[in-house]
Amino acid sequence: MADIAHRTSALPNQGIFRFVDGLRDKWPAIAAVMGLIACWQLIVWGFSVPTYMAPGPIEVLKAFRDDGMTLLANFWPTLFEALLGFIFGNLIAILLAVWFVHSRTAERAFYPIAVFINTIPIIAVAPILVLIFGNGISPKIMIAALICFFPTLVNMVRGLKAVTPATLDLMRVLSASKSEIFWKVRIQSSLPFLFAALKIASTTCVIGAIVAEWIGSNFGLGALIIEATYNFRSPLLYATVFTAALLAVVLFTLVSITESRLIKWKAADVH
Amino acid sequence: MAATALAKAPSAASNSAAQDIAVSVKNVDVVFGQDDKAVTALSNVSVDIPEGSLITMIGPSGCGKSTLLRAIADLVPVSGGEITVLGRSPEAARRDRAFSFVFQDPTLLPWRSAIDNVGLPLEVGGGGTAHAEPAELLQLVGLKGREQALPGELSGGMRQRVAIARALVTRPKILLMDEPFGALDEITRDKLNEELLRIWQETGTTIMFVTHSIPEAAFLGQQVLVLASHPGRVKEFMPVDLPYPRRLPVRDTLEFVQITAHLRQLLEEC
Repeated sequence: MADIAHRTSALPNQGIFRFVDGLRDKWPAIAAVMGLIACWQLIVWGFSVPTYMAPGPIEVLKAFRDDGMTLLANFWPTLFEALLGFIFGNLIAILLAVWFVHSRTAERAFYPIAVFINTIPIIAVAPILVLIFGNGISPKIMIAALICFFPTLVNMVRGLKAVTPATLDLMRVLSASKSEIFWKVRIQSSLPFLFAALKIASTTCVIGAIVAEWIGSNFGLGALIIEATYNFRSPLLYATVFTAALLAVVLFTLVSITESRLIKWKAADVH
Repeated sequence: MAATALAKAPSAASNSAAQDIAVSVKNVDVVFGQDDKAVTALSNVSVDIPEGSLITMIGPSGCGKSTLLRAIADLVPVSGGEITVLGRSPEAARRDRAFSFVFQDPTLLPWRSAIDNVGLPLEVGGGGTAHAEPAELLQLVGLKGREQALPGELSGGMRQRVAIARALVTRPKILLMDEPFGALDEITRDKLNEELLRIWQETGTTIMFVTHSIPEAAFLGQQVLVLASHPGRVKEFMPVDLPYPRRLPVRDTLEFVQITAHLRQLLEEC
C-alpha cells in the first residue's frame, strides 16, 4: 500500500562479502592491538625490564609454547566451573524472577535478601564456602553462580514486567489466562533484558571461578596464577591471564551469537 | 475474495427483539477511586447501538468516551446501571468473543510476524469458535505480501492495519475501536477511514468508533454519539444523513460541512 515501509535491506550476505566487510570494520581494532603489543615489546627492550618483573610478548608466547600442556590442563577445570556456575546461577535467578513476578509477597520477602547477598564482596564469601564445602569443585561452581546470579535476577524481573498496560488490556479482551500471558508475552519480552544480563554473567562467571581457585585450590587457572606469581614465573602468569581472558571472550561471543539467533526483533521497538 | 471468508456469521435468530440491539447501555455510571477522591467518569449514560451499525463517539477530553468503550469491553467495571452486549453481560460477551477491541496503539507483539500477530487471538483464551483465515484478513486490510514482516519493519499505518486484521480474525459481531487512527498522519488516516468503511460493508460488523476528530466522526458514522464532560454524559445522538458508500470527496460537500459545523457547535456547548 501507500504506507512507506522502512524495510531492512536484504542484501546477499554471502561468506566472502561478509568476510571483507568484517575486515573493513575491524582493521582499526586489529591495528590498535598490534600497535599496543609492539609498544609493549619495545618498552621491555628499551628499558631492559627484567623478565620476572614484566615479560615482553615474545616471552609470553614462549610460555604458551613451553607450558601449553600445563595451561590446557588447568583451563578445563576453570571452564567447567565457570560454565556450571553460569548455568546454575542464571537458572536460579530466572526461576526466582518468575516467582517474584507471580507473587508480590515472595518478591517483598526475598528481594532484600538477594540485595544483601549481592553486597557481600565475593572475595569474602569464597573462604566461607571453601570452609564449608572443602577444596573440591563445588565451592568454585557456587561462587561462579553467585556472581552471575544478581544481575540476571534484577534484569529478568524487569524484563518480565516490561509489558505495556495496553498489551495486558489486549490479552484481557482475548480472555487470555495468566499462563498464556506468561508464555506468549512475558517470556518473549524479557529476552532482551535477560541477554543483557547473560552477557555480563558470561565474563563474571570466569572471574568467580578464578577468585574461588585462589582460595585453597591446586588446579585451575586461578591456582596457576597464584603458583606462577609465587615462583616469579611471570611469562606463565601472563599467559594464564590471557587464557582466562580468552575464556571469557569465548563465552561472551557464544552468548551474543545465541542472542542474535533468538531475538530477531529490535528491543527498541517495544514501547 | 476475502469478503467471502468474512461474510456475516449466521445470526442465532431466536429471540428476535433483543437481537436487533448489539450493545445496550442503561443508566450507566462509572466512578474511579473512592470516597472524597472519587471521580465520576460517566454519569447516567443510556444508549442503544443497533446491530450492524457504525457509531462514532466524540467529545471533549475527559468526557469518558474511551471509558464507555472500555466498560462495554469489560476492561472497566461499571459502578451503576447495566450494559448488555448481544443480550449478555460484557464479561460473558468477552468470553464468547462477541467483540474485538482495537487500541490507539497497535499493541502488536514485536517478535511475531504480521500473520502470527493476526493469529494470536486464535491461540489464547480458548481460541473461540468461529475464525477467519489470517492470510485472507491481511489481504483485506491491504497487506498481502507482507505476511512475514515483523512489526518493526512496518510503518505506523501498516501496523494499525495488522491490528485491525487481528481484531477481525475471531469474526466478532462487534468491533470496538478506541481512537485507532489517532496517532497516524492525516493522509494515512484518510485512507484508513475509507478502508474501514469498506471493511464494515464487507463484514457487516457493528462498529463503535471513538475519535477526537470531528471530520472523522462525521465521515464514518451513521450516527455520532456526542458526549459532554464533567461528568461524562450523553449530549446528543446525532444521525449523519449521508449515503454509503462514502468516499473522501464527500467531505467537501455542503451537507458534510453543515454536519461538522453542527458537531463543532455541540462540542463547544459541552
